[in-house]
Amino acid sequence: MSAPQHSPHAHDGGSVGRVMAQVMLALTPVTLWGFYLFGWPAIWLWLITVGSAMLFELACLRLAGGGRATLGDGSAALAGWLLALTLPPWSPWWIAVIGSFVAICIAKHAYGGLGQNPFNPAMVARVALLISFPLEMTQWVSPAPLFSGLGPDPVAALERLLFSTPIPDALTSATLLGHVKAEASRGVDLLASVPALGASVTDGVGRHAGSLGETGSWLILGGGLFLVYRGVIGWLVPVALISGLAVPAAIAHAIDPAHHLSALHQVFAGAALLGAFFIATDPVSSPASAAGKLIYGLAIGFLTWVIRSFAGFPEGLAFAVLLMNACVPIIDRFTRPRIYGHGPAAGRGA
Amino acid sequence: MNTYRKILREGLWDNNMIASQLLAMCPAMAVTATATNGLGMGLATTAVLVASNTLVSSIRHLVPSSVRIPIFIVLIASLVTLVDLALNAWLHELYKVLGLFIALIVVNCGILGRAESFASRASVPRAAFDGLAMGIGFTLAMVAIGAVREIVGSGSLFAQAQLLLGPAFGFLELRLFDGGALLMVLPPGGFLVLGGLLAAKRALEGARRRKGAVVAQSA
Repeated sequence: MSAPQHSPHAHDGGSVGRVMAQVMLALTPVTLWGFYLFGWPAIWLWLITVGSAMLFELACLRLAGGGRATLGDGSAALAGWLLALTLPPWSPWWIAVIGSFVAICIAKHAYGGLGQNPFNPAMVARVALLISFPLEMTQWVSPAPLFSGLGPDPVAALERLLFSTPIPDALTSATLLGHVKAEASRGVDLLASVPALGASVTDGVGRHAGSLGETGSWLILGGGLFLVYRGVIGWLVPVALISGLAVPAAIAHAIDPAHHLSALHQVFAGAALLGAFFIATDPVSSPASAAGKLIYGLAIGFLTWVIRSFAGFPEGLAFAVLLMNACVPIIDRFTRPRIYGHGPAAGRGA
Repeated sequence: MNTYRKILREGLWDNNMIASQLLAMCPAMAVTATATNGLGMGLATTAVLVASNTLVSSIRHLVPSSVRIPIFIVLIASLVTLVDLALNAWLHELYKVLGLFIALIVVNCGILGRAESFASRASVPRAAFDGLAMGIGFTLAMVAIGAVREIVGSGSLFAQAQLLLGPAFGFLELRLFDGGALLMVLPPGGFLVLGGLLAAKRALEGARRRKGAVVAQSA
């Protein structure tokens, strides 16, 4: 029997697995760049995170009594992958495993599995880790590229990961957002603290400290645009998120450059771009309508700026995403599009 | 006496205040960051519960049903004040940790719930025994939540037990490892562990029911 060919039955043959595969494809360049920048510890960390996420998925599916329904579609691997990209690249193995456990078992399967989770699993895991292990989650390394001899070789890297050896002092570093916040708390304003790190952040190449996959800004942008081009994600959420972050940042910077980072720094630093294209666009935990997506994206961007500028944590994207995830049912309720043929027509058919 | 066994069973497991009735959520979330705090809160609540059940039961024929709730509340509030003062006098160190929440035992719906649904309809000894059984069930659940949160969250068990039970019980304090997941000591940990506790109880009951069904079938 052939599939029906006409609306509403027409189907382009897409599947969850295909969507996940395209997102993974889009993430590949920035991930490989992260591997190159941060060397073997980052590669092992990524493998452990993705591997343990898939094992937890298998365990949860077994517990739920089902087969392997959603193991093969790559959704668990992708959640682990995204989580790995937001971890400090030289984190110990147990950070990866606990993170995967929280993402898959608590944030995803406790709510009913694929498509049922109100919160983005990778962000839940990241926030749980950040709150639980503030020390380990803010141990940043400056890039120690593969083949440069700065980082450990594969075996030493694995040892470091398994036995949580402290990072040598010569390689510890700070992210721009963390550095600025720490300096501000000592009374050093931005005009003095930004120049040290600022340029390496805004060139977008990623040769600065940060999470495994958040520093290669141009590659993230490229992957994101590929997804928009393929129709996997809409352009509305990323654009809204970046404007929600950049506009208040630009205004505040114009008024008081000594205490507020410029819009460019805000967008290129931290997880803003990764979040805009790969995390806030998660179809499960974001609103359905165009107006809803606009509100959602703007609010995440704005909250990120507020948390970065005024709260205790240097980076706020994960918190902003979770806060807005919680608001999605309300947003969806108030932005329900008019059903064709029902209600007042008001001259706009959106 | 079959009914006493039933009361005990209800209090400890079948109708456990936290794990089945989902009452007394405020202390179950707020003071279970360590097993010792859970134990202290559980014992204080048990004392109030036994006394309030006894009193409510003994005046049950005198109280007009239209004003029973204010009367129960006044009784419970007086008892809580007594416990509050007693703890402040004799277990001052623990009081400093639990102080705020002791006063809140008054609004613990579990106690009013027992007064309303059991003690006001039962004889004095049964009501007192029900208070004891419910209180022990509550204490066990509190200690269970507190123990999980304390082990995962700070790597210890029964820290500062000597504050509650006296120096002789200092040996209870275990140091399992350093560090731990801070999240479990913070409020979200309370919710996570409570959810896990409820799930575990249901899983146990489900397994037992299935086993019972198999036995019934083969018989």
